[in-house]
Amino acid sequence: MSVFAFYLFAISAITGGLFTVISRQPVHSVLWLILAFISSAGLFVLLGAEFVAMLLVIVYVGAVAVLFLFVVMMLDVDFAALKAEMAQYMPLALLIGLVILMQFVMAYGSWESAHGAAAQLAQPIPEDRHNTEALGLIIYDQYFLLFQLSGLILLVAMIGAITLTLRHRKDVKRQDVMLQMSRDPAKAMELKDIKPGQGL
Amino acid sequence: MIGIEHYLTVAATLFVIGIFGLFLNRKNVIILLMSIELMLLAVNINLVAFSSFLGDLVGQVFTLFVLTVAAAEAAIGLAILVCFFRNRGTIAVEDINMMKG
Repeated sequence: MSVFAFYLFAISAITGGLFTVISRQPVHSVLWLILAFISSAGLFVLLGAEFVAMLLVIVYVGAVAVLFLFVVMMLDVDFAALKAEMAQYMPLALLIGLVILMQFVMAYGSWESAHGAAAQLAQPIPEDRHNTEALGLIIYDQYFLLFQLSGLILLVAMIGAITLTLRHRKDVKRQDVMLQMSRDPAKAMELKDIKPGQGL
Repeated sequence: MIGIEHYLTVAATLFVIGIFGLFLNRKNVIILLMSIELMLLAVNINLVAFSSFLGDLVGQVFTLFVLTVAAAEAAIGLAILVCFFRNRGTIAVEDINMMKG
């Protein structure tokens, strides 16, 4: 059963990744990317990392992929023209991909765990706790500064994104609070004494 | 039985697909960003696979941090993209030479 699940998730993850890259419509690319992320979350569940799997679904599918979808749909870009020269780069891309894949195969083929590595684990996975509980115990304890730092990264990213995309349009009337506050009531209204029958 | 090699193979394939996408979509910044997300996902799979098979929880902690950085990177990248499109009306990467770098 778990073998079947592994091959299902692995094949759909790789299919999703491949079609993300070669699909002609960017919206389709985003949808394939979502498939790749969800299948990877399934792989994580098979590996016993439920918390990271759920985080992957929430963060990637819920936030990042929706962000990509928004941008793809908001930008009015002629994607067909951008894709037109794809065939031209295909041989180079295939060559580089094959070379890197061969390097991975050679690296992984000769890999083996170092002697005594099992005795040097930084945080052995506890048998009597759930994955989420164990992760929370070490994140809020030994990796607390790193955790705070990642929050800081998110804050900086948020401020940066808002600053980059915020714009003040000139043709829209806006409330200027300082102007309102500095108005003098004595000068705001002028009284004219108009004689009857003469007008101004 | 599924061993660690299987997971490493999936991760390596996803990583190579990400690099493949970088070279294949030289002009479309959106697909470039998606390729980078794929590569980071492959790294995450590696981290979680080693964490699970070596019995060490730190790999999953670092997966969390990689996830954070990936989300921040996607947000900033897309913001820059929207800003660039607003100014120039195109997202072709080859047109980005204003700074003559």
